[in-house]
Amino acid sequence: MIEGILVEGLIYGIMVLGVFITFRVLDFPDLTVDGSFPMGAAVMVQCLLLGYNIWLALLLAFIGGVLAGVVTAVIHNHLRVPNLLAGILTMTMLYSINIRIMGNRANVPVLKQETILSRVSELFSGIIPEDYVLLVFFLIVTLVIKVLVDLFFHTDLGMTLGAMGNNEQMVISQGVNPKTLKTIGVGLSNGLVAVSGAFAAQYLGFADVGLGQGIIISGLASVMIGEFLIMKSNRIGVLTFCAISGSILFHGVMYLGRYYGYVIKMTPNDLNLIKGVLIIMLLVITQAKKLKKMTGSVVAK
Amino acid sequence: MIQIKDVSMLFNPGTVNENLAIRNINLKINEGDFITVIGSNGAGKSTLFNLIAGTITPSQGSIQLNQRDITREPEYKRAKYIGRIFQNPLLGTASNMSLEDNMMITYKKGFKWLRRSLNNRMRDYFKTELVQLRMGLENRMKENLAMFSGGQRQALTLLMMVLSKPDLILLDEHTAALDPKNAEIVLELTDKFIKEYKLTSMMITHNMSHAIEFGNRLLMMDKGEIIYEVQGEEKRNLTVEKLIDKFHQIRHTSFENDRTLLAED
Repeated sequence: MIEGILVEGLIYGIMVLGVFITFRVLDFPDLTVDGSFPMGAAVMVQCLLLGYNIWLALLLAFIGGVLAGVVTAVIHNHLRVPNLLAGILTMTMLYSINIRIMGNRANVPVLKQETILSRVSELFSGIIPEDYVLLVFFLIVTLVIKVLVDLFFHTDLGMTLGAMGNNEQMVISQGVNPKTLKTIGVGLSNGLVAVSGAFAAQYLGFADVGLGQGIIISGLASVMIGEFLIMKSNRIGVLTFCAISGSILFHGVMYLGRYYGYVIKMTPNDLNLIKGVLIIMLLVITQAKKLKKMTGSVVAK
Repeated sequence: MIQIKDVSMLFNPGTVNENLAIRNINLKINEGDFITVIGSNGAGKSTLFNLIAGTITPSQGSIQLNQRDITREPEYKRAKYIGRIFQNPLLGTASNMSLEDNMMITYKKGFKWLRRSLNNRMRDYFKTELVQLRMGLENRMKENLAMFSGGQRQALTLLMMVLSKPDLILLDEHTAALDPKNAEIVLELTDKFIKEYKLTSMMITHNMSHAIEFGNRLLMMDKGEIIYEVQGEEKRNLTVEKLIDKFHQIRHTSFENDRTLLAED
């Protein structure tokens, strides 16, 4: 049970990093995620069925996600469509595209093919107890991706992306085109989301066109739980750590809902309701906290 | 250096809100000029700056920089050689990033690549430059800018802009949102930097005595036109009273109105 939650939390944690980049760093609420997540899954599974090298398949999934993000950014930048709508447009179009990628099917299983996960399990069988192979593997994968994201945001380009989310005029004043930055940021974010989708498909054993439904809400809830429970900081390393921890906690809560929800007469169909209520609760608490801080400072003076 | 030729700016053409914000302006900015710009609200001062900076493109006319036509060049490209400071001190820096990160971002203009330029050598350089502000900021390199006051942030924006050595700097009432003490400090720094680095600059101000005290040229704007220009010896002999008289002469409006129009301090 616990390793199941951890593995899921880590796989989806990669997606949460992507959501964190758009929502928190770029201040670009990007809903493409709901389409790029199943896209990663579809590309991965289809490549496996075609017998591609498993790492090449992962790379292609990443590239697919990046392209999806770039489409959203281009729609937003050049047609002056609000970012939310641009994301919804891409997400909607991706639904059809994903079905095409999977050869006009809505669900494609990968039970017999070799996947990255089966390769890893084979490689470490006997060295690490079977139950923990995937946990260790995803711990390493997610950690490596986290460190790469951290490093990226320490480069000049990454820092400028951070500045743009904060103050677009400042970036313009530095002679950088904010449109280019948005394209890079949203592309990168969706690339990560697609990688997460690719791993999720291998873990679940299938790709499904509905895999991404509501994924943005899960991602956002995870980011918020991470921020809520763990300290505020301006260090990117801490923030990405919060995002991944938030993902694990979120999946813990969902797990409880799924398996013990019947105690309060809850069915798995109620999970989306729970996700929404969870986010609303977090919003209410953070606002109450802010308000308290503000009035508190007035009293202190 | 910069040549503004027959520039007009018409907002919302063909609607009830049609507004000719700039009427046929001609202006030549020479290298080393420090031009102060005064005028009432709605006179077109900020619109003129927006046109020079490239935030908006003129409905008519052309803008040239060193004989090169830049009329249609986007703002972010012009930003490489035109620096600008806004009234809002928050617009020049990123609040949720540290001082050193902010300085690194603004250190070099143009697209940033996947390089990590912030190292100890850069930190030392930033520290020595920060000492000039005499605000003790050199000891707060890791702090987020949200912790800094408006005056400190504006001084910082000024310093970082000066270090990038732009061809022209535009100061859009950059001290108006600060408290009097900080405004004085930032203004002093501005004057010091402009003299030290021999910067070509334009400064919008609502304070007539500042407009007279600083710079070598003064423009008075009203209703989208430059109605009065003075420089050199004549500018040095100018007083606030003379300036108001001048406005009165040109516009034939009552004295009561002048005071409100040219918000005198």
